[in-house]
Amino acid sequence: MTSPAPSSSTETTATSVPRRPTGTTFSRWLGIAALVGMTWLVVFGLLLSPDDDLQKKGVRILYIHVPSAWLAYLAFVVTGIASAGYLFKRTRSLIWDRIAGASAEVGVLFMAITLVTGSLWGRISWGTYWTWDSRLTTTAFLFITYVGYLAVRDLGGSHHQRAKRSAVLALLAVLEIPLVHFSVRWWRPLHQQESVAEGKLDDLMLFSLFVGIVSFTLLYVWLVLHRQRVLAMADAVDDKGLDGALAARRAEQEVAR
Amino acid sequence: MNQWPYVLISYALSLGGIATYTWRMLRRARSMASKVTEEDRPWT
Repeated sequence: MTSPAPSSSTETTATSVPRRPTGTTFSRWLGIAALVGMTWLVVFGLLLSPDDDLQKKGVRILYIHVPSAWLAYLAFVVTGIASAGYLFKRTRSLIWDRIAGASAEVGVLFMAITLVTGSLWGRISWGTYWTWDSRLTTTAFLFITYVGYLAVRDLGGSHHQRAKRSAVLALLAVLEIPLVHFSVRWWRPLHQQESVAEGKLDDLMLFSLFVGIVSFTLLYVWLVLHRQRVLAMADAVDDKGLDGALAARRAEQEVAR
Repeated sequence: MNQWPYVLISYALSLGGIATYTWRMLRRARSMASKVTEEDRPWT
């Protein structure tokens, strides 16, 4: 009969793992606020919003489509700023790299939502899920660029190698955002121009859109906060794995002598 | 054309996508937290 194997140090710490290991009091309140906001958004978007004269019920997609697009832009801009923070020698720290990675990941999620909701909205408005007009094409290109950015982050190497190569890529990728944003002015595509800036929305629609933007912003901050903490723990696990491998190698060399 | 299915699918896919991402992230957080010490979680 074999005796139970002694628990490793990682298993010992597992007993003291909190239920929400990336949560703090601030992030909990932020999460609650985001949840309330999202509920509010669904109520406004699906129940309280009036139909549009032209787009009828399809306008309800606006309250998700526009905030997710704006937040995706914001997420990618934050990725660019954090990447610059890492590349600048005086502020060089891996925390910038983790914020950049977390923000890009959340940005890709929001961009995917933008594409999916836009496609469904397109089916209602234009009779097709997809058309190769300038706004849709540049948005799809932006999405693919940041999927590539996330793939580049996973290529391996040390944390600083990862941070350096992904920071350079992020600073190039962020240049695409003006191209996407102004594509509706430069090329006059099928996609409509900015309805909000031109004051085409009535008060309740504008308020519903405002609720959507606030909710998505709270959600974005909450997601990035947690995601960068998960990345910090993943980096710590990597470091421990490397330290363990080096220690094992040294022990083998000692035995060989 | 009945537009409600498109609207509802939009909301369902968006909220479902966000919920799935959040759930996977929190699950990964718990998994990672079991492998690191408290010093590696300075925010707690």
